[in-house]
Amino acid sequence: MNAAELREIRKDFPYLNEDEVGKKVVYFDNAATTQRPKQIMAAVGRYCSYENANPHRSAHHLSIASTRAYDMARETVQRFIGAGHFEEIIFTRNATEAINLVAYSYGLTHLKPGDEVLISIMEHHSNLCTWQYVCKQTGATLKYVYLNEERQIDMAAFEAALTDKVKIFAVTGAANTVATCPDIAPMIRAAKEKGAVTLVDAAQLAAHERVDVRALACDFLVFSGHKLLSPMGIGVLYGRIELLNEMCPFLYGGDMVEYVYEQDTTFAASPYKFEAGTQNVAGAVGLKTAIEYIEDIGFDKIVEQERRLMDYAYERMRTLPYLDLYATPCKNRGPIIMFNYKEVHPHDAASIMDSYNIAIRSGHHCAAPLHHYLDINASCRASFAFYNTTDEIDLFIAALPKVQEVFGLGY
Amino acid sequence: MDIKEIYTQMILEESRNKANKHVLEGATAVEKGHNPSCGDEITLQIKVANGIIEDAAFVGVGCAISQASTSMMIDLIRGKRVEEAKALAETFIGMIKKDITDEEELEVLEDAIAFQNISNLPARVKCAVLAWHTLSGILESD
Repeated sequence: MNAAELREIRKDFPYLNEDEVGKKVVYFDNAATTQRPKQIMAAVGRYCSYENANPHRSAHHLSIASTRAYDMARETVQRFIGAGHFEEIIFTRNATEAINLVAYSYGLTHLKPGDEVLISIMEHHSNLCTWQYVCKQTGATLKYVYLNEERQIDMAAFEAALTDKVKIFAVTGAANTVATCPDIAPMIRAAKEKGAVTLVDAAQLAAHERVDVRALACDFLVFSGHKLLSPMGIGVLYGRIELLNEMCPFLYGGDMVEYVYEQDTTFAASPYKFEAGTQNVAGAVGLKTAIEYIEDIGFDKIVEQERRLMDYAYERMRTLPYLDLYATPCKNRGPIIMFNYKEVHPHDAASIMDSYNIAIRSGHHCAAPLHHYLDINASCRASFAFYNTTDEIDLFIAALPKVQEVFGLGY
Repeated sequence: MDIKEIYTQMILEESRNKANKHVLEGATAVEKGHNPSCGDEITLQIKVANGIIEDAAFVGVGCAISQASTSMMIDLIRGKRVEEAKALAETFIGMIKKDITDEEELEVLEDAIAFQNISNLPARVKCAVLAWHTLSGILESD
């Protein structure tokens, strides 16, 4: 991505336009949610203004237009992640709800005492608390695979943990904390050989590199639209059709049924079986447009730009004696730097950075067990997107010592 | 607003003051306070005899604002009657919510009045009030 292309892209994002917002804001909280380009808001507006009706329900032309918009969004997602079937794409509110769907409709009905669920210590709470619940309900055991010094999954430990008892292996494709992108394809293969069902949390992956569910050969994969330029409230569950067909519904109600009698109901086929009630069609339209926007730029350019930003920031922060960095040193990583001041609490640091109009995250980033594992209470996190610039990183780097200064510490 | 209006010399010094940060021998009540979104965690301990808070201390981890606020609160309530301490917690929380703005009414908070500006930093209000909510809890259950 050259400077001219980047300048053009940035024009699409109102929040990045200094003149429009009235001040220069450096937004480095992209792992929490990205900003939205105006094309996506326009597409959502067009749908709501001219195609809005309840899909699948009515004979009038607006409902048919709405159904078509919803179907086209599903086809776009299917193509985007390389799924073999339209029926394998289920719209949810977000990645969290997608994992819950699998936990309730597969985990609760398939696990029994003695079974194990295997996850990594760097899972987001959405891929962790869910399995805790399933294990408590079914009598299964939740097991963890831990990390080596480079914050990569310890493969020897993984192989040792992967016994015949493991019935579900759920793992992040890119950690929202230490930026690790585990080599998930061989782990999925190994888990499947042991007879486990596999789930990939692609919340931090889908916007940053091409995801191909057939190449990964995973059973389930989830991601959120809002981390991929779309409005909040739309997410995706990919599920292998054979598994979806045998799973029970997650939520019950309208539009997910076949025949309904006083005491009994037969259900529609996937994906509708899992989409009870009126769905977020506007969100799906937004997600479709976001995918098209990303594909228009191309993942080769996105990866190149995000790696450049990450390496640029990492190399500059690495030499600052008052910081501890937790991002993996391995080059194959997400555009996320988790760090701490040696002597300033992350919330104080984030508030001071904010006073210089630099937005970073502080806290445990929905990954408390990882923080306990690293023996820290909380951390700061700067996360980048393809629309960020090295100039913005320079502003961020220049603000880092201000935190030291406010606290009367050297830098 | 200048960030230094929040991170005043007094708050920074108090956040580093470890005098009130220890395990309290002979504590009569112990209460945990926690901000789940940020991980701030304190354990407040008080020693009450004849309705008087004879001593108090805390242990835990948190940002400068939560640590300073907790330490100042302990200085303020030490030697006070339980009812007085309850009223002080209400006054502090009232100040943060801007329900109480009358300077004379706030004088009872002594140094803790330094947190009056925290409402200009909405994300940090919960850090400042953590100890005081914990105090209300411990005195209710006492």
